[in-house]
Amino acid sequence: MASTTDAAPPGAAAPGTGPTGPETPPAPNDQASLKVVPARHYARWAAAVAVIVLVAQFVHGLATNPVWEWGVFRDYVLSETIVEAVWITLQLTAYATVLGFLLGTVLAFMRLSRSPVLQTVAWTYVWIFRSIPMIVQLVFWFNLSALYEELGVGIPFGPVFWSVDSDSLIGTIGAAVIGLTLHQAAYAAEIVRGGVVSVDHGQLEAAAALGIPRLRQIRRIVLPQAMRAILPTAGNEIIGLLKGTSVVYVMAIGELFYQVQVVYGRNGRVIPLLLVATAWYVVLTSLLSVAQYYVERHYARGADRTPPPTPLQRARRFVRDLRAAAAQRTQPVPARKPLPLGDSR
Amino acid sequence: MSEVMVDVHGVHKSFGTLEVLRGVDLQVRAGEVTVILGPSGSGKSTLLRTINHLEKVNSGWISIDGELIGYRRSEDRRAARRAPAEGGGGRRAGKLHELKEKDVLKQRTHIGFVFQNFNLFPHLTVLENLIEAPVSALRRPRGQAEETARRLLDRVGLADKAGAYPRQLSGGQQQRVAIARALALEPKVLLFDEPTSALDPELVGEVLDVIKDLARTGTTMIVVTHEIGFAREVADTVVFMDGGVVVEQGPPAAVLDNPRQERTRAFLSKVL
Repeated sequence: MASTTDAAPPGAAAPGTGPTGPETPPAPNDQASLKVVPARHYARWAAAVAVIVLVAQFVHGLATNPVWEWGVFRDYVLSETIVEAVWITLQLTAYATVLGFLLGTVLAFMRLSRSPVLQTVAWTYVWIFRSIPMIVQLVFWFNLSALYEELGVGIPFGPVFWSVDSDSLIGTIGAAVIGLTLHQAAYAAEIVRGGVVSVDHGQLEAAAALGIPRLRQIRRIVLPQAMRAILPTAGNEIIGLLKGTSVVYVMAIGELFYQVQVVYGRNGRVIPLLLVATAWYVVLTSLLSVAQYYVERHYARGADRTPPPTPLQRARRFVRDLRAAAAQRTQPVPARKPLPLGDSR
Repeated sequence: MSEVMVDVHGVHKSFGTLEVLRGVDLQVRAGEVTVILGPSGSGKSTLLRTINHLEKVNSGWISIDGELIGYRRSEDRRAARRAPAEGGGGRRAGKLHELKEKDVLKQRTHIGFVFQNFNLFPHLTVLENLIEAPVSALRRPRGQAEETARRLLDRVGLADKAGAYPRQLSGGQQQRVAIARALALEPKVLLFDEPTSALDPELVGEVLDVIKDLARTGTTMIVVTHEIGFAREVADTVVFMDGGVVVEQGPPAAVLDNPRQERTRAFLSKVL
């Protein structure tokens, strides 16, 4: 859409035609009729051609290579088994995200608190759960009942008042959610802490000087500003988590990747079924990316004097400008003006 | 004469091995304006920050309107009963208990503080900046807080900026909002920490005008500044600090035009 960015400024356009050039210098009021020749980027054109060829080859391969088996893809992509598996993947992601970031936020503020006990507990938590590979941790939780057959409430080292079989309390999905959450919380804690320390110290001082209660300082003053630094990394983490839920296949939970494996184990159509999983992961992460854009925009309020337009607004403006240009062209206009890209409505 | 509003008594403050305040005594009477002058590093900002307990003192105490800031004196009877047993008969009343943060925050609602860098909350509108503390700390109803906020904005000449975000304002406007925000708590005393030092020269006047207006209406204020002209015009008392102590204090005419101390004279000759 930027049709004028390549153009050199008119004053510096052609040195040869300047007053010191060999030709007769044009009269100063002739400046408007000087033609602007945009710089030619030959390397860029060559690169574009190379990219187009590569993409065309790939698309051609997708369409013609029979191994992709698009028919099988079509049969399975919206089948009940797969959609149910996607639903489980989404649930695991949602629970682990919400619980993980809640626990992570608490841990972050424990780490930032003035209490040495809380600081140490938070640091130790992060240290342990960042040190254990997620898959190892998940298998641990899966085998919890081997470690503790029963879980109960009572006096430490003393009598137990109430207890329950650990398998029936947690269940497989529960174990997966706990594993993902605890893992996620360790990373979330560091992300949130990073966001909080990036907020100008003067903000906390001002809030303290105004006597705003501590929790309110955090919720209303610090966190909204920290969100600007938290969100890009948090977006990474959540997208990573969505894909990371595929490791719970080790617990035989019917999430997307596990189901796909089950199906191709049965019918041997490995490639098209991997394609099914890929398509779903791409769609879901794309939705998350779009959501991230708008959440980031929300927390950027007050940061810019005038917020930049959303892609949707930009697209609408582009269409409007195109129409305006077309309307102009149908009328006999002496000279074509550049599109009014800069001004809004 | 009116009663003492702010009483600073023998305050010492160190950062590590650096002793910034070495025994400061200062009294500010209700309704008066005290301007603190002094070279940078003289401890004037630190003193101001100890008054609302943004910095803890190492020794000495500060009270506002008779209330100790940041500490609670132990009840005389209990202290008296315990004291003989401890064998410290002479230090009977000398026990200060550090207050919990919650109580310190409550005390701070009586002390307005205006920062050099404004420290407005950039993600909140001007109006939201003003009502935040009254609503959350004083539990005022939102409607009432907004009404007060609009009145204060009108007073600092920014009635039309209620919906703007701080970054959409000039520095002078931001500092006037910050003053209105401090006033929204109806504090007993207002502390200004170099309120015009971060401003372009042509914006200094509008902020000083607001402070002068407050002085006329009898607000108790302590202002740390480098604006000698402002001190001369507005201050009831000028305090000159250097090296962590009060070198000289008195009415502006005495301190600024006729300083008794050599250090005061040397400082004034450089800035006037």
